[in-house]
Amino acid sequence: MGQRTPLYDLHLALGAKMVDFGGWDMPLHYGSQVEEHHQVRRDCGVFDVSHMTVIDVGGPQAKAWLQHLLANDVERLHSPGRALYSTMLNERGGIVDDMIVYRLDDAYRLVVNASTRDQDLAWMQAHLGAFDVQLVERSELAMLAIQGPQARHKIAELVTQSRGNLIQLLKPFEGLADGDWFIARTGYTGEDGLEIILPADQAPGFFNDLVGAGISPIGLGARDTLRVEAGMNLYGQDIHLDVSPLASNMAWSIAWEPATRQFIGRTALEAERAGGVQHKLVGLVLEERGVLRAHQVVRIANVGEGEITSGSFSPTLSKSIALARVPMATADRAEVEIRGKWYPVRVVKPNFVRHGKTLI
Amino acid sequence: MSKIPADLRFAESHEWARLEADGTVTVGISDHAQEALGDVVFVELTEVGKVFGAGDQAGVVESVKAASDIYSPVAGEVIAVNEDLGASPELLNSEPYSAWIFKIKPANAGDLDKLLDAAGYKSAIGE
Repeated sequence: MGQRTPLYDLHLALGAKMVDFGGWDMPLHYGSQVEEHHQVRRDCGVFDVSHMTVIDVGGPQAKAWLQHLLANDVERLHSPGRALYSTMLNERGGIVDDMIVYRLDDAYRLVVNASTRDQDLAWMQAHLGAFDVQLVERSELAMLAIQGPQARHKIAELVTQSRGNLIQLLKPFEGLADGDWFIARTGYTGEDGLEIILPADQAPGFFNDLVGAGISPIGLGARDTLRVEAGMNLYGQDIHLDVSPLASNMAWSIAWEPATRQFIGRTALEAERAGGVQHKLVGLVLEERGVLRAHQVVRIANVGEGEITSGSFSPTLSKSIALARVPMATADRAEVEIRGKWYPVRVVKPNFVRHGKTLI
Repeated sequence: MSKIPADLRFAESHEWARLEADGTVTVGISDHAQEALGDVVFVELTEVGKVFGAGDQAGVVESVKAASDIYSPVAGEVIAVNEDLGASPELLNSEPYSAWIFKIKPANAGDLDKLLDAAGYKSAIGE
């Protein structure tokens, strides 16, 4: 038996098909994964993401330590309420994890992956050095993601007036506390929406209120197809300890300036950049019928071979799409081997759908 | 609980088989199988004229989640494939017992008796 979120019983009552995800028993879908996907793109839906790990970083040197630990620079968070995406790298420039960092009033809140919790905490503890910081894992908190074009509008009407006002005011990539709730305008679907971190004992009641108000519960299956369409990487699949952000379409999340900031992995990244980055992450679109899957081989004429890191059927495009790591030179066309046969694919930017609109 | 029609035979690999009046056998996948697969998005059909032994791989059903081989429940020659599944693969989810996948002319009509009956299949899937 895996770990359970505070919403486990509610998922069962809602008819969820449960699966193991990183040691947690999580809902895969509540009936149809494809319908849930459309629901989020067209209206909104609610995900239980309480399995994710919330770590608060406090202490007088919290900022200095995070500037050492992370490839992005928390100096960019000019005021409480701002958030940024970052990777945490090892000395080789490989990705230990990716995360969102929120600036709180006098601390920082990191939301990291569930499957990497142990690896992350061990890495952070090992790199505390002489920094005067405190790490507090907030496992007593639950987390819901409410995503879709109607998400903010619908949620604002279901919460207290002060939380409703905050929801209207938040800009993308901002998050602020209201009482014991932390409300952020972030997500993992390519749609507008919120992520709400709240005390575990309040989560079932709130989730139930949302479902009662007609907001569909959405499983991890649709979470995966939504993030692939949005071209967002999944740790352990598209990114891992042996690839750098430079080879992962994530160079934008590295803060090179100031050049004096010696974050872990910087030297390796600089060497990789100077030597010429060998690989890149691209999008693939299969024009024929079939489904692209992780680990299928990608062949680019006169360039070389690569590999699919995430592949799926795209419900929005009604065709199969994938993220693939290929040689930097790449091309507009490639071929993918599916069960011994080679299928032609288009090579595109790894960003297929945003805000309900097709980008390819 | 999934639906298990009493007049069908089943393979342990979750195909159903129906003996038609003309002696041919129609093949599809069970309600239990479609539920386990989730939303079906693509069916790779076999070809008319192919000759299979019992248990030979005879196509692929791809759901959003994964690809699953389908197997011929009896030996014989394929005489038809359901082209409707090309445009509407989701029929395997909505109507698993009318959305057939292929029809086969069995090498030996008695082979059907080697498959599970409804009660046997029900117990095989633990229902």
